[in-house]
Amino acid sequence: MLDARLFLLQRATAVLMAPLVLIHLALIIVAVRNGLDAAEILSRTRGSWLWGSYYSLFVIAASIHAAIGLRVIGFETLGGSRRIWDLTTILIALLLAPLGLRAVFALVAS
Amino acid sequence: MDSEPDGSDLNASAPGKTIAVSLWRGQGSSGGLVRYDVPARDNQTILDIVTHIQRNIDNTLSYRFSCRVGMCGSCAMMVNGVPRWTCRTHAGRVTKNGRLTVEPLRNLPVIKDLVADMTPFFDKWQKAKGGFAGNRSRAEDIEPIRPDSAQRRAADAGIECINCAICYAACDVVAWQPDYLGPAALNRAWTLMNDVRDTAAKERLRAVSAGDGCHNCHSHQSCMKFCPNELNPTAAIAGLKAMAARAALKGEL
Repeated sequence: MLDARLFLLQRATAVLMAPLVLIHLALIIVAVRNGLDAAEILSRTRGSWLWGSYYSLFVIAASIHAAIGLRVIGFETLGGSRRIWDLTTILIALLLAPLGLRAVFALVAS
Repeated sequence: MDSEPDGSDLNASAPGKTIAVSLWRGQGSSGGLVRYDVPARDNQTILDIVTHIQRNIDNTLSYRFSCRVGMCGSCAMMVNGVPRWTCRTHAGRVTKNGRLTVEPLRNLPVIKDLVADMTPFFDKWQKAKGGFAGNRSRAEDIEPIRPDSAQRRAADAGIECINCAICYAACDVVAWQPDYLGPAALNRAWTLMNDVRDTAAKERLRAVSAGDGCHNCHSHQSCMKFCPNELNPTAAIAGLKAMAARAALKGEL
């Protein structure tokens, strides 16, 4: 059943994101010690496939997690057919993931 | 008059003292609150007050009750905006500054006055496959069940539901998604999923995992907070979610 699978997928992406968020928060604290500087950030991320993979995973997990959550919020707030909200979920994930991956690409490969 | 810290009036009786009771009167969705002044007495329940109004002030008032002792689950109503079993709710505990508001149960259509139409509630009970599908005929011996087994304990934890629909009225998800099966039906399904004598587990798990099923629960726990029998339908629903997740991983759903 779709709902059981989406439930699993949302929990799995939450479990995946929990350590990623903590590492990201720690990184922010370290990165801004000498002020927020684009050149310094780019010097760290440019060409780094480690950070590229890390944030790509983060983006994909967040896109899936957010889309499933928005499906429920949208259905409960606006009503309508469940089928339409199922399709909207896929559209939201397909919208969020490329936007995030484009940003990761800009940090790593530009 | 003694006054509780929360403003409720205990031992509210005094000569000539009354409670201003606002009752919802009307048919279907049209109607409004009508005020009645009812004598304040020691040890009167909300059901006593509604009965007093029906017998002494306006005999056209409709309401539902049966056992009067918290067994049958017929007399649940909204009291000051909160779902309660009126036969076991002491008026002095919930009267605030000499006032009470009594309305029909939330999340259900109204037939007349304080009588909610329970049809959707019991339809969902059926939709969640709430009927027991036994594995033996009456000609066979009764199957011995160990009361201390983990499954029987899980079933026993939710078995005392009296179908009063208080949890259903308390549930915000039902208010937002009227087709959601609701805590009582899912709690019933959970007790049967843990009943080793039942043979309809597969169909039931499929029914409670459908679009209007257990995955809609946000674990607000209002059902648990207001259940007069202190059951925990939220835990039952969480159990169904876990059961459905395991079945989905095995490709059995």
